[in-house]
Amino acid sequence: MADLSAAPAALLTTADGRPLKAALARAQQQAKRRAFLLVLPLLAFIVVTFVLPIGQMLHQSIYNDKFSANMPRLVAWFESTEPGTVPDEAAYEALALDIRDAAVARTIGEVGTRVNYEYSGTRSLFTSSGRKFRSLEPPYKEAVLEAEPKWADPAIWATMRQVAPAYSTNFFLAAIDMTRNEKHEIVAVAEDRQIYVTLFKRTFFMAALITVACLILAYPVAHLLATLPLKWSNLLMILVLLPFWTSLLVRTTSWMVLLQQQGVINNTLVALGIIGDDGRISMMYNQTGTIIAMTHILLPFMILPLYSVMRPIPPSYVRAARSLGASSWTAFRRVYLPQTLPGIGAGSLLVFILAVGYYITPALVGGADGQLISNLIAFHMTNSLNWSLAAALAAILLGVVLVLYWLYDKLVGIDNLKLG
Amino acid sequence: MALPVYASPLERVWYFSRLTICALIFLFLISPILVIIPLSFNAEPYFTFTEKMLAFDPEGYSLRWYDLLLTQPGVPTDVPRDAAWWGQVWREAAWVNAAKNSVIIGFFSTIVATVLGTVAALGLSRAEMPYRKAVMAILISPMIVPIIITATGLFFFYSNPCSLLTWTGLAADSCGRLAGTYTGIVLAHATLGIPFVIITVTATLSGFDHSLTRAAASLGANPTTTFFKVTMPLILPGVISGALFAFVTSFDEVVVVLFVAAHDQQTIPRQMWNGIREQISPAILSVATILVIVSIGLLATVELLRRRSDRLRGVTGV
Repeated sequence: MADLSAAPAALLTTADGRPLKAALARAQQQAKRRAFLLVLPLLAFIVVTFVLPIGQMLHQSIYNDKFSANMPRLVAWFESTEPGTVPDEAAYEALALDIRDAAVARTIGEVGTRVNYEYSGTRSLFTSSGRKFRSLEPPYKEAVLEAEPKWADPAIWATMRQVAPAYSTNFFLAAIDMTRNEKHEIVAVAEDRQIYVTLFKRTFFMAALITVACLILAYPVAHLLATLPLKWSNLLMILVLLPFWTSLLVRTTSWMVLLQQQGVINNTLVALGIIGDDGRISMMYNQTGTIIAMTHILLPFMILPLYSVMRPIPPSYVRAARSLGASSWTAFRRVYLPQTLPGIGAGSLLVFILAVGYYITPALVGGADGQLISNLIAFHMTNSLNWSLAAALAAILLGVVLVLYWLYDKLVGIDNLKLG
Repeated sequence: MALPVYASPLERVWYFSRLTICALIFLFLISPILVIIPLSFNAEPYFTFTEKMLAFDPEGYSLRWYDLLLTQPGVPTDVPRDAAWWGQVWREAAWVNAAKNSVIIGFFSTIVATVLGTVAALGLSRAEMPYRKAVMAILISPMIVPIIITATGLFFFYSNPCSLLTWTGLAADSCGRLAGTYTGIVLAHATLGIPFVIITVTATLSGFDHSLTRAAASLGANPTTTFFKVTMPLILPGVISGALFAFVTSFDEVVVVLFVAAHDQQTIPRQMWNGIREQISPAILSVATILVIVSIGLLATVELLRRRSDRLRGVTGV
């Protein structure tokens, strides 16, 4: 007996005599490595084509060397003096020589644009100085002020000091309607220039409204699909999946056709005599148009998760509640609805995440007051060319979406994402 | 959800009003897509039904907007339509060229997305996969991150790919240019299509019986043979569905193209985008109609594949 109880540790070996535990660990390690190697090419691909570019964008949101790269002497002067120092002869010399060099290198416009982001109306000062400073002689202070008296303004020196470092959080401040004053304190910008916070609020409000609209429309449809026999529900499911598969631009175009002042809906209402010819409703190029079109486009993303949660709920539960005396409303509220909560959560989060970042539909049917934050990012990328501000706005939006994505993963799990 | 016999009159009213509401919601879902089909045959340049159309007068309908797709911008309309004319259409018509570009970009990005995505899905569906959740979250993220952010990032990356690639040590000095190239668009569209491939293929693999591959291995097949002879035929429906999703994603993508493509790299969505923004002409509706018919075809294919896949996996009741 004693022999047997001492033996097992020595007995458990593989055919070639290695301890079984070590062999198992090795095999598992190998299996892990094999699985990871299969995923590795795609992971590397996504990192290069997606994660790193977004990292580069984030870098752009705190980095802008348009001033520091082109005005080296002035940057050095700012670094060697305290904030609030009155510009002396050395400062004016640095300014005059930097502007002259930048004008020769044709980068003075970039410098002016960079300063202009923080202090509007100054771009022309830089470009005109670039022309005038070609042949300045010392003493520079008098010469500069004679050529362009606006350089005496302390505000412009304070602004230049702010934009001198290549790395700054100014673009993030600008993205939440904040700025730094002359004493380097963070303050809110003038009320008539506050646009971004309002736009973020509007984006979240409209996304929430669209989510609620989708939920209200999707719930009865998903319930119908889940309770019909499969033969019928599969047939009706096509009506849900066809919009899902149809091009986004096609769906947006059709809403434009329907909602126009001279469009199908208005014409029908006029023909039926519900509204007069002069009372045509404007449903497009405003928030209404954006909300209607986006609700339609995102509806399948709500119906599908609701359906997949409702389908397995046995109808006998509600029947049992009814037989125990519950009214149909109580049976729904106390028995059916709680069981569908996971679907409501999954669908609402997904629709909200997608709606917050929507670009195409608001750009086409949104008009002036139906624009979302994405449209402003695009505007700064392609029209105003303030890329750093666009990147800062995008970074804030990305942060919000990633938090929601993390929440989705926690509550629902990305494995449960279904596409029809 | 048949009405139970014990339903009260109030419940009966509610039951039928609920059915009506559902019917209206289905109408809301489908009518915008169906309404453009007849309008694309409008003989007049309007976006609404003319009186002649409502009276089903043949004069109210025409193919002029489809004709426009073949002839814009410089193909003559008043010559006999022989082989030479069709050759000119093939070379010069703006919409035909856009369609060619879209198909080429879609084809290559689908290949990249499907091959990489399927291989990765095989790894992800193994129980031994380390950091499975985190890796999956990264691979799905192109679908979740707003397209404008992706486009912005790619714009910065493509305008100077060298800086980033040298920094990561992936490429030395000769990394070329990506902005305005087909390679750049294909890579970006492949990235956007990959989440769909991952989702469909892992869903198919979730019902996959792994003892089949072990059986193949025990019978002497090497991993490659096992994959092509055993695994692939079983997961093929999922792979094809994923590929179709990836293709549609690329075929419908406009924002990245607007940000990183050159001016002469027109695709169908880009042409539509420009058409809608500048001046919406009924020619857009004829393109939209063609795209709706294409998507009906794709949906039918995917549904058939899904049923086949369910049958192969032994899911009954479909």
